[in-house]
Amino acid sequence: MRAAARRRRAQRRTAVAAVSTLVVLGALAAWILTAPGWPDVRDTFFSVHDFRASFPDVLRGFWLDVKLFVIVEAIVLVIGLSIALVRTTRTPALFPFRAIAVVFCDVMRGVPTILLVYLVGFGVLALSLKGLPTDPLVLGGAALALSYSAYVAEVYRSGIDSVHPTQMAGALALGLTRVQAMRHVIVPQAVRRVIPPLLNDFIALQKDVALISILGPAEAFRIAQIDAASNFVYTPLVSVALLYLCVTIPLARLVDHLQARSRRSRGGAVAL
Amino acid sequence: MSDVVLEVRGVTKAYGERPVLRGIDLAVREHGAIALIGASGSGKSTLLRCIDLLEDIDDGDVLLDGAVITDPSVDPIEVRRRLGMVFQAFNLFPHMTVLQNLVLAPVRAQGVGRLEAEERARELLTRFGLAGREHDFPDRLSGGQQQRVAIARALATRPRALLLDEITSALDPELVGEILQLVADLKGEGMTMLIATHEMGFAREVADEVCFLHDGAIVERGDPEHMFGSPEHPETQRFLRRLLDAGRL
Repeated sequence: MRAAARRRRAQRRTAVAAVSTLVVLGALAAWILTAPGWPDVRDTFFSVHDFRASFPDVLRGFWLDVKLFVIVEAIVLVIGLSIALVRTTRTPALFPFRAIAVVFCDVMRGVPTILLVYLVGFGVLALSLKGLPTDPLVLGGAALALSYSAYVAEVYRSGIDSVHPTQMAGALALGLTRVQAMRHVIVPQAVRRVIPPLLNDFIALQKDVALISILGPAEAFRIAQIDAASNFVYTPLVSVALLYLCVTIPLARLVDHLQARSRRSRGGAVAL
Repeated sequence: MSDVVLEVRGVTKAYGERPVLRGIDLAVREHGAIALIGASGSGKSTLLRCIDLLEDIDDGDVLLDGAVITDPSVDPIEVRRRLGMVFQAFNLFPHMTVLQNLVLAPVRAQGVGRLEAEERARELLTRFGLAGREHDFPDRLSGGQQQRVAIARALATRPRALLLDEITSALDPELVGEILQLVADLKGEGMTMLIATHEMGFAREVADEVCFLHDGAIVERGDPEHMFGSPEHPETQRFLRRLLDAGRL
């Protein structure tokens, strides 16, 4: 009896959700498709022909984005952890480094990433110092690395702070040095805990790689922009957006999955 | 007294204005065990943490095998390598397997070869009824098993003395017995121990001397017969009376 009622209620809920979704999406589609400018928008943004014509170039440019993303991310993970470790030490001798790390994080997180790309990309170039790189790809990557290292350092630091002090006491009591305790006991636990927020920063960085287009390298957005400007079509930009989604949506699902898993494991008996 | 392993002389400590240790004196002889009893906040844990140099003392000395270890010139790392400490909350490393927990310190802090350390670890685990659990993570074990791992981990470094900080307080009552039996066995084998405990029956059975702490001072000490049979200090009497009323004695 009760099971049947529950089943009926579940069916009714599903039906309501389906109808509601159809109505809302239908109204939205009708609203856009009946807009006076829709035919023009369709031709400039969603032209199959333009899509076919521009896609190979855009894809090649996107490959550059992905490569740059992977390299910058690797650098960010190392620098971010180093900054976080410097900020959590208590050795008096390291005070100046601690101060630098604090200022670095504040400044790099406080300045818009696009400004950093401008300042590093054009500023360093203008210095014409021997030995400094002049490749816009390197300079743009450096600007992104600076910006994201600051964010990632804070993520690592929150992870390190979240490891209970009894873990440090346990490690020290065994005769480990502070450095050994950090390396073998604290940091491994901290990193495990911050993997989901780190991946969130991954996604943001993956998108921000497009900012280096302002320095000139032929990455996806740049190529699409040139294409759009010369042919008055915006379809190439839409194809760039689709390529980004192909990378960022799987990453986002991975974050959800990992977060759900860490919630489950925290709910269980985790001995500290 | 050449056979004194651990000696505490006039140790004082305050957190800000609040004194937590007011001139503690005690000496643990080789193969001996001293039990520290007293209410929560009486200073038992703080004293153990000070002896293991996890906290600084304000005044006084702690000596290990006749040498002062609380002098600022002494390397605390080196001292901690010679002492073993077991905590109330186990403090096992949750990201490491049981075996990794046991070999970390011997390999990293003492330079023992990995194979040798693992062999010693397996011996300890087998002895503590944990054979076959080497590759489990701590959260797969019961509280009693986790605490046995923690004791094994402390013993893996072959410490000169063991400091036990209320090691049964976080355990379900039915698991307390197995841990206390294990500590009694260690005592039987000649391990030198300083034990902070709420288990009076255990203190009575295992300790050679019982020290009652009240407000950061040892107000009464003696052999277990005397301390539990005919305590003289009114605070000791009151403390034991309270435990008796609570059915804990």
